[in-house]
Amino acid sequence: MKKIVDKALAATLDRRSFIKWGASASSAAVLTANSLPLKAATPSVDKTSPGEKTVWSACTVNCGSRCALRHHVKDGVIAYTTTDNTGDDVYGNHQVRACLRGRSFRKRVYNADRLKYPMKRVGNRGEGRFERISWDEAFDTIAENLKRIKNTYGNEAIYLNYCTGTLGGTVAKSWPPAATPIARLMNCWGGYLNHYGDYSTAQIAVSLPYLYGGSWVDNNCTSDVVNTRLIVNFGNNPAETRMSGAGIVYQLSEARERSNARMIVFDPRLTDSMLSDGDEWVPLRPGTDAALVAGMAWVMITEDLVDKAFLDRYTIGYDDESLPASAPKNASWKSYILGKGPDGTAKTPQWAAQITGVPAKKIIELAREIAGTKPCNIMQGWGLQRTANGEQASRAICMLAVMTGNVGIPGGGTGAREGSYSMPFAVFPTLSNPVTTSIPMFLWTDAIHRHNEMTALTDGIRGADKLTQPIKFIWNYAGNCIINQHADTNRTHAILQDDQLCEMIVVIDNHMTPSARYADILLPDLTAAEQPDFAINGSCGNMGYTIFCDTAVEPLYECRSVYDMCTEVAKRLGVEQAFTEGRDQEAWLRHIYAESQQLNPFLKDLDFDTFRQQGIVKQQNPGEPMVQFRTFRENPEANPLDTPSGKIEIYSERLAAIADSWTLGKDDVIRPLPEYVSSWEGHESPAADKYPLQMFGFHYKARTHSTYGNVDVLRETNPQEVLVNPIDAKARSINDGDLLKIWNDRGEIRVVAKVTPRIMPGVIAMGQGSWYAPDRKGVDLGACMNTLTTQRPSPLAKGNPQHSNLVDIAKV
Amino acid sequence: MAQKADKQLGFYVDTAKCTGCKTCQLSCKDENDLKVGVNWRRVYEYAGGNWVQHQDGTFDQNVFTYYTSISCNHCAKPACAQACPTGAMHKRANDGLVVVNQDVCIGCRYCEMACPYGAPQFDAQKKVMTKCDGCYDRVEAGKMPICIDSCPLRALDFGPIEELRARYGSEADIAPLPDSSLTSPSLVLKANRNAKPSGDRTGQIINTREV
Repeated sequence: MKKIVDKALAATLDRRSFIKWGASASSAAVLTANSLPLKAATPSVDKTSPGEKTVWSACTVNCGSRCALRHHVKDGVIAYTTTDNTGDDVYGNHQVRACLRGRSFRKRVYNADRLKYPMKRVGNRGEGRFERISWDEAFDTIAENLKRIKNTYGNEAIYLNYCTGTLGGTVAKSWPPAATPIARLMNCWGGYLNHYGDYSTAQIAVSLPYLYGGSWVDNNCTSDVVNTRLIVNFGNNPAETRMSGAGIVYQLSEARERSNARMIVFDPRLTDSMLSDGDEWVPLRPGTDAALVAGMAWVMITEDLVDKAFLDRYTIGYDDESLPASAPKNASWKSYILGKGPDGTAKTPQWAAQITGVPAKKIIELAREIAGTKPCNIMQGWGLQRTANGEQASRAICMLAVMTGNVGIPGGGTGAREGSYSMPFAVFPTLSNPVTTSIPMFLWTDAIHRHNEMTALTDGIRGADKLTQPIKFIWNYAGNCIINQHADTNRTHAILQDDQLCEMIVVIDNHMTPSARYADILLPDLTAAEQPDFAINGSCGNMGYTIFCDTAVEPLYECRSVYDMCTEVAKRLGVEQAFTEGRDQEAWLRHIYAESQQLNPFLKDLDFDTFRQQGIVKQQNPGEPMVQFRTFRENPEANPLDTPSGKIEIYSERLAAIADSWTLGKDDVIRPLPEYVSSWEGHESPAADKYPLQMFGFHYKARTHSTYGNVDVLRETNPQEVLVNPIDAKARSINDGDLLKIWNDRGEIRVVAKVTPRIMPGVIAMGQGSWYAPDRKGVDLGACMNTLTTQRPSPLAKGNPQHSNLVDIAKV
Repeated sequence: MAQKADKQLGFYVDTAKCTGCKTCQLSCKDENDLKVGVNWRRVYEYAGGNWVQHQDGTFDQNVFTYYTSISCNHCAKPACAQACPTGAMHKRANDGLVVVNQDVCIGCRYCEMACPYGAPQFDAQKKVMTKCDGCYDRVEAGKMPICIDSCPLRALDFGPIEELRARYGSEADIAPLPDSSLTSPSLVLKANRNAKPSGDRTGQIINTREV
């Protein structure tokens, strides 16, 4: 098997040397120092040799975009990878161009970390000591343990960990857990413990529906930005989170070129999303967005700039007149802002300035501009809700859209993150889970070691009053949250050390990731290049698309597909027929495609095999770009929101009830209004005396979360570094390029300093997802920021606050 | 020394659109199978500006940043070729692309020292120079260089430099790039709103470890 990789490396070298240099060798003698018979020296060469083929595939990682890849395969090896080359690339029907990571895909296929055969753990968890076993032994061990654990604890003890490494697939799909082949397997056999929420959006997903109703709140489609006059952006950074050439970054760029809209960006970091004309960067301290909103609200209210007609007709709780009967006196938003509420503090621009770091005159100026420019799209990214008070902050930002009456109109927006169109397509059916109990995904480590304390009112357990069984068996398919992407690596490590608690961890992956090191049984998976699949739900604003991922190269080593693995386990659990329905992966794809053709007439004339050759199919939204809550805006009586009142609930009675009934931790706050709350591990917290710097993570070009983290050329051009403002660097005698230690009570990491004015003073930031690599003393030389983050959940969603961290730094 | 080419191909870089994503750089690395340490296209992050902290804990700043994606500018007066003692580094007569013949190159690295754009890249394994060759094989097959078609922001273009200048203007003097009079690069830039002129001292390249 080693031969294949050797061959891969040799082949790529050979190709180049043959094409570029070998061909010119015969003419070298013609060259003299200054005479240049150039045509002879550098002849034209057609790179497509007879043995070369081009195969469509996709990058299926969790970046939020979805890109087409075309693997150029020679002698059974991917020689290089290009991307969508169809059409004339006119915007609206443009090419789905992969980013730097997709263009480096073959480095994941042919990687020294590639898992080659099944293994079982022989050392302690996390130690990384394994022994090769046969596939039969692996499947038998898994099936035996599943049976034993089911008999002792029931199906509720079996857990599907949050894993997004290949969420872009259809059969080889790792997220959401309920859509995976593992879920189908477990559903055939009594089910598994559910979770809700995710590391991306745990808090905003829970909080915004209290304001707007429903189960998820979008903003207007990015294509609708052509209709806006002003963009007010809180931490939305598509240049690094939606980097694809069909992604939001390109779409926003095109839409702004047409609308010529100015964009104001609130962010502690000058991100790559704000380099265009008309952008204004307003740095603010992490975790203080709600205070900034309150300060601007004070200006809008006191200067009578709010859209009162909108507020009266479409909302409750703006002023005391529209409060619900259950609310106490002076509990309205207006009372809160003007200082007539329980805290007695007027939320003046001066009050907001000292919290946020944004000068009061700037707050006043921007409040007037936002209120006076209509339509205005107020948007937010998801980073700011990954904080200790993210539920309050994300809802507060929407208040700007509500107060200015921009909700439900073209060019306006809700204050949430962008929506988009995606083409209708069938999915891999996973049946239903007989187990109803669901835990907040962030509390899976707690569900291992303190399940008996976890109830609906203490820990957000849903579908049951309490958790009755601990997690004993973990399926981890294509994910790095066993250690790397979950918070507080040292705490997780300690919990997983005891294999009498969680008794079995099965990891299915391509590489020896930090999480793979914690496996009891470790199974080598195929990459997207080695199996057929569909990449569905690709979308770029008003354009949806689906990619046919074909098999570019044969499976490497002993790697097998997750579908095969599940089939083998199903056989041993006696549910093979129920699981497969007699289909292999290819047969499922044909089945799913036939269903898609029924579901979506657009696909009627495109048969499966033609699609396979064509590689990508794009479909335009037949209507106007989506405007969220448009029908509500047009007729709120006929089309009420899915809130108890049918209106936008600035004051939420549901949240008031939760605040009254739940058992909350010290300093945990749930408020019926989207108020600013000073949070734990914020700059105002007492802990800031000991650890004076706020630290957050961002999505880095080198990786998609942790995927691609072991690709050398990406690490070279995007090294793991921590951004430090020159003021903070100078105070600590730190120079650009110095190796630093960053620490707090939870851990310590080593990382190189990038001294840059692009981060505000008092704040440091680094790319999240770097691979955890502790030395013997537990110092993380891999600079995984989760060595420093906390597992303390947010109050309402019980979500991850991974950007609320206090630390200090010093030169090593 | 360089003969005038029949036509001169060159690059266009829109530094207002560029977000510094480096897809151009990595697509080039993949297609040409370049190892770590060899970067035919490089993306320079240029930044500057200052912070002021006020008594009330608030801040003001005038920080600016922008990226310039640069490979080889296939200069009309290529400093690399002038410095080359063997003639390995040469300018093609038909399209003006500057390429290196590795069978002739002795790996002295004079070209690397001479080029003000950092285009020649030393292959430490083979002990010879390498550099952007304008993907002449793709171009001759009627395609764009690999970097151009890879750009997610559609910030790059390539073609006869006279056509590029007619379409986009003739700006080529933006920091951190050198004064274009040095080598007459076949390069057209669109200025970012923050762009500073060549020779600017208010900012600096802040990603030196990446390029």
